[in-house]
Amino acid sequence: MITKTEVHNIMKYSCLIRRHILEMTLIAKSGHPGGSLSMTDIISTLYFYWLKIDPKKPLWEERDYFVLAKGHASPALYSAMAERGFFPVSYLKTLRQLGTGLQGHPDKRRLPGIEMSTGSLGQGLSIMVGISMGLKLDKKPNRVFGVLGDGECQEGQVWEAAMSAAHYNCSNLTIFIDKNNLQIDGTTDEIMSIDPIGKKFESFGWNVLTIDGHNILEIVSALEKAENETKKPTVIVANTVKGKGVSFMEHQLCFHGSPCTDEEFCIAEKELKNALGEITCQI
Amino acid sequence: MPDLAGTRDYFGKTLVELGNENPNIVVLDADLSSSTRTSMFRKAYPDRFFNAGIAEQNCIGMAAGLANLGKIVFASSFAMFITGRAWEQIRNSVSYAYLNVKIAATHAGITVGEDGASHQALEDIAIMRVIPEMRVLVPADAIEAGQMIRSAAEMPGPFYIRMSRGNTPLVFNSIEYQYEYGKSKVIREGEDVAIMATGIMVYLALEAANELQKENIKVSVVNISSIKPIDEETIIQVAKKTRAIVTAEEHSVFGGLGSAVAEVLCQHCPVPIEMLGIQGVFGESGKPDELLIKHHLTTEGIIDKVKKVLKRK
Ligand SMILES: Cc1ncc(C[n+]2csc(CCOP(=O)(O)OP(=O)(O)O)c2C)c(N)n1
Ligand SMILES: [Mg+2]
Repeated sequence: MITKTEVHNIMKYSCLIRRHILEMTLIAKSGHPGGSLSMTDIISTLYFYWLKIDPKKPLWEERDYFVLAKGHASPALYSAMAERGFFPVSYLKTLRQLGTGLQGHPDKRRLPGIEMSTGSLGQGLSIMVGISMGLKLDKKPNRVFGVLGDGECQEGQVWEAAMSAAHYNCSNLTIFIDKNNLQIDGTTDEIMSIDPIGKKFESFGWNVLTIDGHNILEIVSALEKAENETKKPTVIVANTVKGKGVSFMEHQLCFHGSPCTDEEFCIAEKELKNALGEITCQI
Repeated sequence: MPDLAGTRDYFGKTLVELGNENPNIVVLDADLSSSTRTSMFRKAYPDRFFNAGIAEQNCIGMAAGLANLGKIVFASSFAMFITGRAWEQIRNSVSYAYLNVKIAATHAGITVGEDGASHQALEDIAIMRVIPEMRVLVPADAIEAGQMIRSAAEMPGPFYIRMSRGNTPLVFNSIEYQYEYGKSKVIREGEDVAIMATGIMVYLALEAANELQKENIKVSVVNISSIKPIDEETIIQVAKKTRAIVTAEEHSVFGGLGSAVAEVLCQHCPVPIEMLGIQGVFGESGKPDELLIKHHLTTEGIIDKVKKVLKRK
């Protein structure tokens, strides 16, 4: 069982990551804060509690594999990696600049600890299935994790991969759908409805869990259930809020691919500082 | 400073005009309508706009179905995803059936900038060009983009039209310029060497030609906005006169404009050619201008190539 202190520790990292996301995209004058903020609690639970990883040994044989299918949310991943010690936090300021390891979308050849280069939506899940199949072939206990966007699930390849994962009994595979109900042109309902997404995965042969993607206890409990599943791959449909954690960014389309302004950053920073204060009181 | 305008903005504007003139025009996008500017058409004619969501293959497939029914269809997304993800649908469902689908892509090339390699289409001209029946067009500026879109709508069959993300210098005057399908225009005359350029490189080629003039090097500049069909006649004529060619493109040197020009000249008028473009590598994150400089897609880069080819003449 996860302790209260551990939960608060994860929440603390969520606050720090959210701040990094805003700051690094502000400095870069580009990038995708909205979908990074919606998956922040998931990535902090994975990087600060769940995943078997070693920042000193990114290619550790026994590591869990994490693939960010929705590669545009790289600021969330980079921030978690920095706080976890893969590289100095100060390096986050180089996001999207010429020559950086922190490319606009994750590039495994430029940044140790990135399992797979992504950015073209819809391709990540197939990669995860391949890794999962290979691990099973080699009779290895390592597990595979990933995060997909809900809009991303409109790509046909996601469903080809979903079919394969069930077909090959990839029970070592657990994915999150970051279900923030927004994409670029509008809500997923307006653009191309994906619901009932849980039922779809179920009919494809998956173990389906639905949670509040901002509740650490629910995230952890779902990860535990996924670990106990011995036949099917698991999808955790995480209901989230795009822009989560910053009042004026929540549920907003405009922060999908644009950073906030200097003034907005000041307000957001205060909000996050307050949130962090409340959490540290609890620790 | 030259006037700047977005090829994608003129595309969006022209689509709305066409939609007004012809109720048979329909538009599809794949969750990037605000970026590709098909959002302008969506707002004007919501009934004739279809969002495929993030599903480029299905987008092209649905476009083919609509075209099969007699619609004039524009399908848009970023160059990377619409040509890359949906290549085989474009070949087998659109071109093979000779359907009236105009693939109008934006965010082509390295000037996509900060998004990085996964979003920078540097191979799209090559992979579209090899498909039978497909026409491949790259406007030199926004004025040409608008006219090109109109012309493509008026002609039967498949088209690929390649546009940029950023605003680019205007090469042409909106009143005087007359786009002609399949023609490459000599927009500057000089007998020592010719720069054959496409897209954003055309403006830079003119700048380079002006610089070279100061050293008394007389340069022709040809705007090859139609990469397929390629204007063999003009290319051969210019090559015969100048006997030295530089090609310039914001695309891989493999399979793009340079290759297309070389295919013509090696058969009909073999002269030295220097190819300026991306040297078969992936792009990366960075500011558009920084990336152009890194890959020598600049006035200076063109001048270097001109001097190199003159030595081989
Ligand atoms: C194949 C492909 N098509 C289009 C894009 C452009 N794009 C980047 S993010 C995005 C919307 C993603 O929506 P969603 O998956 O819901 O992500 P989130 O809301 O979590 O940001 C699109 C269309 C892309 N990266 N890849
Ligand atoms: Mg979403």
